[in-house]
Amino acid sequence: MKITPLIGLEVHLELETKSKMFCGCPADHFGKKPNTQTCPVCLGLPGALPVPNKKAIESCLQIGLALQCSINTISKFDRKQYFYPDLAKGYQISQYDEPFCSDGFLFLDSGKKIGIERVHLEEDTGKLQHKTLNGQKVTLVDYNRGGVPLVEIVSRPDLSSSAEAKEFLKKIHEIIRALGVSSVDLEKGQMRLEPTVNLCLENEIGSHYTPLVEIKNINSFNFASQAIEFEITRQAEEFSQTGIEKSSTNKTTRGYDAVKKNTFLQRSKEEAKDYRYFPEPDIPPFIIDAGYVEKLRQKLPLLPDQEIANLEKLGIDKKDAKILVSSNNQVALQTIKDYSTNSIVDIQKLASLIVNGKISIPVIASDSAAIQKSIISQYCDLTKIGTTDRGELEKVVREVLATHPGLVAEYQGGKASLAGFFVGQAMKATRGTADPQTLASLVADLLS
Amino acid sequence: MKPLHELTIQEVHEGYRNHTFTCVQLVQHFLDRIKKYNPRLNIYLALNEHALEQAAAVDREIVEKGIDRELLGIPLAIKDNFLTTGLTTTASSYILKGFMPQYDSTVTEKLLAAGAIFLGKTNMDSFAHGSSTETSDFGPTLNPWNPKHLPGGSSGGSAAAIAAQLATAALGSETAGSIRQPAAWVGITGFKPTYGRSSRYGVIAMASSTDSPGPLARTVADAALITQVIAGQDAKDATTSPLPVENYLGSLNKPDLQGLKIALVKEYLLPEMRSDVKELILAAADKLRSLGATVEEISLMDPQYAIGVYTVVQRSEVSSNLSRFDGIRFGHDRSAFGQETKRRIMLGTYTLSAGYYDAFYKKAQAVRTKIIEEFAEVFKTYDAVIGAVSPGPALPIGATKDQPMFGEMEDILVEASSIAGLTSAGIPCGFVDGLPIGLQITCDQFQEEKALMIADCYQQNTSFNLFPDLDQTL
Repeated sequence: MKITPLIGLEVHLELETKSKMFCGCPADHFGKKPNTQTCPVCLGLPGALPVPNKKAIESCLQIGLALQCSINTISKFDRKQYFYPDLAKGYQISQYDEPFCSDGFLFLDSGKKIGIERVHLEEDTGKLQHKTLNGQKVTLVDYNRGGVPLVEIVSRPDLSSSAEAKEFLKKIHEIIRALGVSSVDLEKGQMRLEPTVNLCLENEIGSHYTPLVEIKNINSFNFASQAIEFEITRQAEEFSQTGIEKSSTNKTTRGYDAVKKNTFLQRSKEEAKDYRYFPEPDIPPFIIDAGYVEKLRQKLPLLPDQEIANLEKLGIDKKDAKILVSSNNQVALQTIKDYSTNSIVDIQKLASLIVNGKISIPVIASDSAAIQKSIISQYCDLTKIGTTDRGELEKVVREVLATHPGLVAEYQGGKASLAGFFVGQAMKATRGTADPQTLASLVADLLS
Repeated sequence: MKPLHELTIQEVHEGYRNHTFTCVQLVQHFLDRIKKYNPRLNIYLALNEHALEQAAAVDREIVEKGIDRELLGIPLAIKDNFLTTGLTTTASSYILKGFMPQYDSTVTEKLLAAGAIFLGKTNMDSFAHGSSTETSDFGPTLNPWNPKHLPGGSSGGSAAAIAAQLATAALGSETAGSIRQPAAWVGITGFKPTYGRSSRYGVIAMASSTDSPGPLARTVADAALITQVIAGQDAKDATTSPLPVENYLGSLNKPDLQGLKIALVKEYLLPEMRSDVKELILAAADKLRSLGATVEEISLMDPQYAIGVYTVVQRSEVSSNLSRFDGIRFGHDRSAFGQETKRRIMLGTYTLSAGYYDAFYKKAQAVRTKIIEEFAEVFKTYDAVIGAVSPGPALPIGATKDQPMFGEMEDILVEASSIAGLTSAGIPCGFVDGLPIGLQITCDQFQEEKALMIADCYQQNTSFNLFPDLDQTL
């Protein structure tokens, strides 16, 4: 029997906007004193109304564009209704049938195309804290997080292994970081993962599909991968025992226990939720102008895959390029780009030295010029450009002379004082790392 | 001189200017009347303990600066679904009994900024679920014309406050008839602005897609002035319109209605309607003709479809809007919900459920679009549409008992204009059985100026704007 896992991913991302999704409270809630960043709107007080945050919508559209989605001309918010104490209004403002972005895709390194069903915007819930106070077990609610903008990315079930799922998640993570809309810190809950898994089992009779399982709220790529692995095995076993196939009513929800490394049932079909979605009457629908979308598209930063391709074009190994891009060290990337046309720096070597940690990149210095100087000086030390390497320096001097044919002619015509100028230029090209005497003798030799 | 409780806003300001009376005297006069009549009529649920202090401050301001605020020293009655800091706000529900708001609604804030004094909060159908004020968890308000009858609703308390002359003017809100219908039943002027013209921020939501705050007043001119103050875009309500607010007062006092085309809707003269009510509406049409307007009979969609649409949309929104009263906050658990509220939550929950959403909510929205298109077509030719507000006069106390569709049947003639988000004035046009009958003058969205102009012209040229003598009627 051939088993093909069918894995889809739902990813929730908290946006780092200044204010919350529907009110003016600060969105930055991490580590803040409970319930100090609330107002009538995010507390769901009677009479309070939501006003959408334009910046958050823009960020959602940018994410959609980065994931090659089409941006829907007409979009709206809906109410998703369920009861939970962390949900102040008794409903979450989300998007149901008209999300901002739909039908995108993302390529894995293997070239496999993973479909993105939709990218939509919603609001985060409050946070429950289960505590013992004065010997009594209590649950406290902190609404600081309530109403923080949350983007949901839903993939199609095109992933067929835990490794593919992990790669997909990493790529999403890098894209969001490159867009600068969130630092997607998993430990702070800024990125939450929910894989949906089932299996296609093929034998001589035909294909069978196991019931869908959604695994809730995972906050690490490794846990997501482990949970998927566990589910693949569990579902295959379960099917061999029960033979139960997927139906429209037997989707279940499971949690992941990181300690036991297994998944456990949270909600079965009997408890399936009916969210009673309907259009949010407090927020008029959006008509999204094509010109506005085009402007956003043009403003998109270089995305990780494009950046890797660009580095490869400069001659850097793909492996190194990927590590460089994923490390997200902007100064290192800029330095490589700046020196890509410099004749004395071998940027393939420079990239490899950075990737292998041979060149340490100062993190404290805020001046990127100083960091760049340090990178180059380390490179020169490591590659022994400078005092003794006459061969390397000769290249530099030749280039200096080649760029100043007029002055060379003057020197040869008798203006010997120009030797100092040539040495100075060569010194500049090596960022002051060359031995001046070696340079002077090279200038004299090459012009004699 | 007229007694203080009979003065319009303009007359109050004249009195202040001429030092005929002070604001303290006016407020005290209303408090005395409230003390005398409120126990019987059950209009006010809560009184502003600081009203006299605020009146004294107004008197000082008048001495120092004169009257340079539109509503300076005007005593108002406020429907209990507007959040008012310092005054309990319950929407006439037990679940919010004793609820003290943390912030002010945008429109009450605007009224205060214009210098108004709130006398107190008025009774209403609980959560505005009704057209009688009989579903209030704090007991019904009685009709000042005849205490055996209902005042209509849901803004029944605010309407009765004007009819009983227990405030100079009042604030109400309309979802479908909740201003016009009680205004008609107690014989006063009510005005529903276009949906999105006045902010809903801080109004305990009933049906979010139709709620419109508006005035209940002694005259169209008073209603126009209050609308002028409360209208306008609000950054806190995304459904308010950016269109500039017209000068409503400037449009009043027109000598005639020359050049206007008015439509009288045939279907709104219901077969079951009393013939004396029909005659009053036809007489009103003749009056408008005599004032120079062209009045023509037209045909519109049977109003019963509007009831179906409204019932589904409104119940759906109600079931969602009330889910925040989850029994965890606000002090009372969900058993404190009244019967009518529970009924609406259940119906709305059902119509939004998976499998039923398409059949009910989506279908209702499709019909709503049809109604909107139909009105848009009518307003290409006509300036206004007129008809009765209500099929008959105020019904007796107890009429809502075992009548879950009571409100919808009584609001049959106002629901279409509400779900289309139109603006509409309700003004008295006669009496049957000693009870007032109301005429509605409905105009296209954001045509407040025109609706007020026509209503004002009609009112100034008729003599139905009467007030009961409580010592006779009670």
